[in-house]
Amino acid sequence: MTITLAPEIPRTFRSRVGWAIRDTWVITRRGLAHWRQQPGAVIVNTLVFPVMIVLMFGYLLGGAMTVPGGGDYRDFLMPGMFAMTMVFGIGATVTAVSTDAARGVTDRFRSLPMAAPAVIAGRAAADMLNSTAALTVLTGCGLAVGWHPHRGAARAIAALSLLLLLRFAFLWIGVYLGLRFHSSPEAVTAVRTLEFPAGFLGSPFVAVSTMPAWLGAIALWNPLSSTATAARQLFGDPMGANSSWITSHALTMSVAWPLLLTAVFFPLSLRRYQRLSR
Amino acid sequence: MPQGTVHGLLGANGAGKTTAVRVLATLLRPDSGHARVVGFDVARQASEVRARIGLAGQNAAVDEILSGRQNLVMFGQLCHLPAGAARRRAGELLSQFALGEAAAKPVRQYSGGMRRRLDLAVSFIVAPRVLFLDEPTAGLDPRGRNEVWQMIRVLAAAGTTVLLTTQYLQEADQLAGAITVIAAGRVIAEGTPDELKTLAGGDRIDVTVREADDVAPAARLLRTRLGTDVRVDQEGRGLSVPATDRIAALTQVIGLLSEQNITAEDITVRRPTLDDAFLHLTGQQAPGHTAGAAEVIVP
Repeated sequence: MTITLAPEIPRTFRSRVGWAIRDTWVITRRGLAHWRQQPGAVIVNTLVFPVMIVLMFGYLLGGAMTVPGGGDYRDFLMPGMFAMTMVFGIGATVTAVSTDAARGVTDRFRSLPMAAPAVIAGRAAADMLNSTAALTVLTGCGLAVGWHPHRGAARAIAALSLLLLLRFAFLWIGVYLGLRFHSSPEAVTAVRTLEFPAGFLGSPFVAVSTMPAWLGAIALWNPLSSTATAARQLFGDPMGANSSWITSHALTMSVAWPLLLTAVFFPLSLRRYQRLSR
Repeated sequence: MPQGTVHGLLGANGAGKTTAVRVLATLLRPDSGHARVVGFDVARQASEVRARIGLAGQNAAVDEILSGRQNLVMFGQLCHLPAGAARRRAGELLSQFALGEAAAKPVRQYSGGMRRRLDLAVSFIVAPRVLFLDEPTAGLDPRGRNEVWQMIRVLAAAGTTVLLTTQYLQEADQLAGAITVIAAGRVIAEGTPDELKTLAGGDRIDVTVREADDVAPAARLLRTRLGTDVRVDQEGRGLSVPATDRIAALTQVIGLLSEQNITAEDITVRRPTLDDAFLHLTGQQAPGHTAGAAEVIVP
């Protein structure tokens, strides 16, 4: 048997950063390799499901929907669908993170001389790439059902960036919950189930003004609603008449909410990772 | 622990073996006290420690979705081998651990033994200064066990210090130059396997009787007539007595049994084993002892 010696650990700041970036990239590629190994699961989870919802709401239920303040329902629906898909990505994150932690893979990473943030940063990068692909497919699907941005490419790109920013924020909630509840599969299932009320209790499918006042208030303050409304504004889609403070500041809030969530959950996730123990 | 030696950590289930390994491998912060690995404090200089250790825990900590080869290449790169070296090393390890044929298959299709081998292969990617192996051969067949033992010997010969926890005392006896026995989180004995065996006393005579009903009378008989302590394994129909003079004691035991018409299936004289040492030290059956013994619980 041959013996391979470990490279020296880096002493300078620059080489440390180099290692951290390489480590992150290795973990990202691991996430991408998972797609290649299980193309079926990826297609169903990230592509078929949102497309199905677009068709269901756009055609099956859409005929009965009217948007307060006027406008086409499918135009109202698409930005909401985009936002909901971003939030639903949390399920995949929680599952992947908790599976690694439960199987001891996370502990093995922790016993390696890796940069500590690389494991969760790599996870984040892979999930963001996944969600970017999902958003691309969904955009194509929207164009196919007659939706299109009305206010030019620059604003459309800004809207898509806001949507990915929302995904980025929910990613850290997912990492935190995955590390926090890895030892109980029931809790992971609960998180995946709670996606639905969390995703639907907002403005993705129906205008908030059609809800009872108390429910509308919750829906309005759902970060998903701010992003959906900001995207509608940037795409030039109907916004479903609402004059509340948070709706008129949708653009600001669609940046503020994700930054706030990231500021809370990123440090919590990192801490959980470093102190993970069973 | 001197460099390049194998040190066995023995203890019953729940004695604290895994906890000790997790603390030393920087995964768990010690509640109190300090631990140093290769001169570095595990709590305050964790990254220095991590650069010098390898770890194979109790469950196979490998990616189930990736193939065996992908796992080895990925962990090789995370050990900061250049991509080409990581691939080369993966190929070497796959053939050394008899995983060549399954190299391209996803790990979730592997058998338990194959996962275990892959897990060990990962901890051998780079030769660490200290390698922690938490029950490395649990669930392996005898051939797989021998292969792993051979790998551990080669690594130790090349200068890696190995800390091994095990359920099999035979494994510690085969590999370890020194053994620590722990119970309820405390060290209760330390020494070479021979020193520990000497603690357990001299030679022993083991008797297996044919009828289960004979076990109790035979035990009573030997205890009163030989005036010694008798160990009884009811389900295995076994009795064990110490023997200072091997031949005299053997003759005596055979004589006593035939006098009472108790038929023995087997009588052996043997040197003390680590099992005896463990039993002597903890007052418990050895951790890997499965011959009908009840589960061992250290108070």
